[in-house]
Amino acid sequence: MDTSIWRPIIYLICFMAFAGLNAAYLGWCERKGAGRIQRRTGPMEVGFHGLLQPLADGLKLMSKQLLVPEGVDHILFRIAPILAMIPALTSMVVIPFSDNIQGRALELSVLLLFALASIGMIAILIGGWASGNKYAVISAARAVSQNLAYEIPMLITVITIVMITGSMNLQDIAMDQQGGFWHWNIFRFDKSIFMPVSFIIFFICSVAETNRAPFDMAEAESELIAGFMTEYSSMGFGLFMMGEYLNIVVGACLTTILFLGGWSCPFGLFPGVWWFLIKIYILIFTFIWIRWTYPRTQVYKLLNLSWKILIPFSLVNLLVTAAFIKVF
Amino acid sequence: MHAIICQTSANPSLFSAEGFVGLIFLLTIGLIITGALVATCARRLVRSIAGLALCFTGVAGIYYFLLAPFVAMMQMLIYVGAVSILIAFAIMMATPEEGDLPSRRISALAGPLGFATGSLIFAALALLGTRTNWQVFPREGSADMKHIGTILLTGHSLVFELISIVLLIAIIGALVLARRGRN
Repeated sequence: MDTSIWRPIIYLICFMAFAGLNAAYLGWCERKGAGRIQRRTGPMEVGFHGLLQPLADGLKLMSKQLLVPEGVDHILFRIAPILAMIPALTSMVVIPFSDNIQGRALELSVLLLFALASIGMIAILIGGWASGNKYAVISAARAVSQNLAYEIPMLITVITIVMITGSMNLQDIAMDQQGGFWHWNIFRFDKSIFMPVSFIIFFICSVAETNRAPFDMAEAESELIAGFMTEYSSMGFGLFMMGEYLNIVVGACLTTILFLGGWSCPFGLFPGVWWFLIKIYILIFTFIWIRWTYPRTQVYKLLNLSWKILIPFSLVNLLVTAAFIKVF
Repeated sequence: MHAIICQTSANPSLFSAEGFVGLIFLLTIGLIITGALVATCARRLVRSIAGLALCFTGVAGIYYFLLAPFVAMMQMLIYVGAVSILIAFAIMMATPEEGDLPSRRISALAGPLGFATGSLIFAALALLGTRTNWQVFPREGSADMKHIGTILLTGHSLVFELISIVLLIAIIGALVLARRGRN
């Protein structure tokens, strides 16, 4: 790989643009999807089918006053939205979009993604606490307990994939699944008969980790107003929203790479970045689809699902995978 | 990278690769010190935790400089992602009304004595650091995951098993305490 200074600069600009466009237009997609599912039209006024709506929203957010209410912890209150945005943006560095499009080919990229996700958790905690609002504090406690609970089955599932591939490098994991869809980790019955189950566990966990409905206990509007974002206005709120959408993108990328073959084609034709993008956008559409289809769960059911069902299942899956690798 | 850090006497320019690495090293040190100061001096407990998390992040940076990226990532994952969060949880559960800690004077001597002790320890460590003739040992193996795994399951397997037993006891203890609290 060449070490010219231009490569990191070009990557930086492209990732920023990718992140910004995704954060803006996923909001539009979500509103359109919600509209379609609820038999409305969604945004229609600004531009053709509301295509310029994200720009208008962005301008509105940026021109609003940045309110800092009385009684908040000033420093932490301002740091939290930035902390929510940084890890999501940094995660883009190690994601292999194709065999030669990757910001930095780190050996431990899977681990780096999870280490960064833990910073996002701290951002929610700090933001919720610093607001000095009891709804925000409740929401922060909920969000963090939920994220901790779902991080465990997610990590255990990742360990099974790492065991199968023998590497923590996302590029190696994607390389290992080249060829047709029968090489993808989700259908690798020769490694473990439970691979589809672990895909479902991983997908549920990524929905929960990104605080999306039906697991959006942290911002349950009917109970907690808007959760840890209640006191934020203007771009503080905007950064939290962008961080959330970027987390969805990162979660979809991770699911694609770990289970759906990364940038490989289902039929072994023209592997490349386009397949990767098609896969992640199908997954993101599923995120939106689930959000507007299922009602919100309760916080106890949510934690029970993780501790009583997902963690035991993922542990059994880990053992079965180890046995399969040892036997075959 | 290791070689670069060792050449402290070379005095490289800021815009060379070595100078830039040195700058990042200093930033990491700054993170640790700032984090530690915030963690100990802050009046509000949640700010202390934020400082602690900052300090842990800096330590992860030091591990990365020591060519142990795996340990650095684990530091982030466990200390920033789990330990700080758990402490925060404990504080949130214990004090529902979060206010400033009451400031209390212990004694007029406490400050000067603490300062004297701190500076003595610092002076001793600084003397030790500068006077000792440090030897650079050749690197043994690498700090990658495969090597760590092999070592843990061969030479240090007893320690590894003991740690897992300690963790198991901790889990069982937590379960017993939680059960008792429920009735």
